[in-house]
Amino acid sequence: MESIIAMRGIIKRFYIGQPNELEILHGIDLDVAAGEFLSIVGASGSGKSTLMNLIGALDRPTEGSYFLDGEDVGQADDLSLSAIRCKKVGFVFQNFNLIPRTNALKNVELPMMYAGVSPRRRTQRAMELLAMVEMEDRMYHQPNELSGGQKQRVAIARAMANDPAIILADEPTGALDSKTGRLVMDLFHRLNRDQGKTVVLITHNGELAQETSRVVTMRDGMLYEEGC
Amino acid sequence: MGLDLRENVRMALEGLRANKMRALLTMLGIIIGIGSVIGILTVGEGLSANITGEMAALGAQNISVYFQERPDEEDAGNLLSSMTSVWMEEEDGFSDEMLEALQAQYPEQVGPIAVDEGLGSGQVTKGRDYANVYVYGVNENYLPVYNIEIIAGRNLRAQDNEGARNVAVVSDKLVNNIFGGDVQGALGQEVLTNINGETYAYTVVGVYEYTQNAMMSAISTASERDISTELYIPLNTVKRLTGSMIGRYQYLTISSLSTDSQAVASLIQDFLNRYYVNNPDYQVGVMAMETMTDMVSSMMDTLSIAISVIAGISLLVGGIGVMNIMLVSVTERTREIGTRKALGATNGNIRLQFVVESVIICLVGGLIGILMGACLGYFGSYLLGTPSGPTLGSILLAFGFSMAIGVFFGYYPANKAANLDPIEALRYE
Ligand SMILES: Nc1ncnc2c1ncn2[C@@H]1O[C@H](COP(=O)(O)OP(=O)(O)O)[C@@H](O)[C@H]1O
Ligand SMILES: [Mg+2]
Repeated sequence: MESIIAMRGIIKRFYIGQPNELEILHGIDLDVAAGEFLSIVGASGSGKSTLMNLIGALDRPTEGSYFLDGEDVGQADDLSLSAIRCKKVGFVFQNFNLIPRTNALKNVELPMMYAGVSPRRRTQRAMELLAMVEMEDRMYHQPNELSGGQKQRVAIARAMANDPAIILADEPTGALDSKTGRLVMDLFHRLNRDQGKTVVLITHNGELAQETSRVVTMRDGMLYEEGC
Repeated sequence: MGLDLRENVRMALEGLRANKMRALLTMLGIIIGIGSVIGILTVGEGLSANITGEMAALGAQNISVYFQERPDEEDAGNLLSSMTSVWMEEEDGFSDEMLEALQAQYPEQVGPIAVDEGLGSGQVTKGRDYANVYVYGVNENYLPVYNIEIIAGRNLRAQDNEGARNVAVVSDKLVNNIFGGDVQGALGQEVLTNINGETYAYTVVGVYEYTQNAMMSAISTASERDISTELYIPLNTVKRLTGSMIGRYQYLTISSLSTDSQAVASLIQDFLNRYYVNNPDYQVGVMAMETMTDMVSSMMDTLSIAISVIAGISLLVGGIGVMNIMLVSVTERTREIGTRKALGATNGNIRLQFVVESVIICLVGGLIGILMGACLGYFGSYLLGTPSGPTLGSILLAFGFSMAIGVFFGYYPANKAANLDPIEALRYE
């Protein structure tokens, strides 16, 4: 099966002050096939979010090679990274990160605006996406007028805007109660099952992880397939 | 890029709405700067148009000739003292012989010479109707030299003066008040004029068109009906009453036949001064109307430069205020910037967003400034008698300036936002 994510020997170091370098990821190999629903579990501070930023092309690895849907992220310049994030990745954050003072519709339109989609087409698609997450009646609401679960559903619609190769969700239910968290999880399952979207989910919650097609564990900057 | 400009403008306006007070305080420097520029340009333009217009109406080619104190060493070159006319001994005033000699010497340069003497203000009455007047004794050259247009009848003549006849040229306003506006019917009629308790009867021989002095009319509180207009009678008729010496003049207005009236003025001064070389106290002074106009416009220029400098400083301070608030805004919205980058915004998209925001702040400030400046300018020019609005040019200039300030002072904060590391920005709390 074709690999959407192909990581080989990924090392990530942070430089805090000149002599102090901090190695967070110590050589990670990861392959994710198209249509997989992968969850990454692990203790807080183990490096999950750091890995996720690399997968989402927000950052470049210090060492190693990484191809995302055929694009060489390791060698890309800033402009290419923006383009990769725009077209290939849909981010869902723990704290939603909706743009304030901008209604749900405009939030969903935003990635399409950066992709250069015409205003008419992006409004139409944003409406469809909001209908898909059952938020069509809250289209014109500002983020501060929405509940946490509603915000996250808008954020998921926004992540789908440019029909990305992968959806990256970093603890998307972390700020939600278990009932709304359940609804959000169901939404990811639907995207994966009905639309064949590749989903990478980071979570604390082992139960939620068990529902996905594959679970990997992050421990001190190393990645282990479940059972290891 | 073009596609998200509208969206950026919407976002910027939204941001201003959410922080009205902060936005207003930020814009204050821009508002004051732009407002004062517009106000000054409006008043200045109105005023100089007014002054030059008024002076042209009074005869741009006219030269005033008068007596002045002979300057001692101390205040030689003092402009004010050289412009102050003084009253000469009556028998030493300018004589007809001098004026004839002057015209004979410079027939190509020296035009008609107007002389006048005021009698005082008074009132013309007829039954219950009245008209307020200033009575002036003038020679036959006075009305042409001052560009006063006769609309019915005739000008005063030399014979009227020689015979000191009781004839008058009156304004069309007086005809409105006294003769019901019938200018032809007014000719040949008598007007009874009360001055200082005495009543004099003058036969109307001509009617002139009254042009209101805009600046005076703005200051005066008189109603339309009560406005005083000039009533002209022969000079010698006045001299008879006042007892001043016939054939001697303290003050002349000479129309220049050459366009270089300042050169003609000095010819006249040199020529007439020859009659007064032996006078220890007085000499002849001249002032070309052109010189006055030049002086007024250079004064206006200096004034507008001074105020432009103040406005410039205010705009600079305003620009720095905008930069400051933009830096605050970038810091406050670090997470938003990170999010936008995660969603695919390029550095250029982010830079554009913040430059647009800064430009919008400055444009809104500029717009408020233009409105305020237009109001101030209108009020100021209204007080000066020529109510006028800002010109299209000055409005465009103000908009251009606001925009430039927005770009200039917004670029640094916008660039700072654009260069934020997306991960750092997303982790920012
Ligand atoms: N930009 C950074 N600079 C320095 N250290 C960082 C940076 N980002 C993350 N870290 C460190 O890397 C480690 C892993 O962080 P993170 O990937 O956020 O863990 P997790 O998401 O698994 O909780 C933490 O010890 C954190 O302090
Ligand atoms: Mg994390």
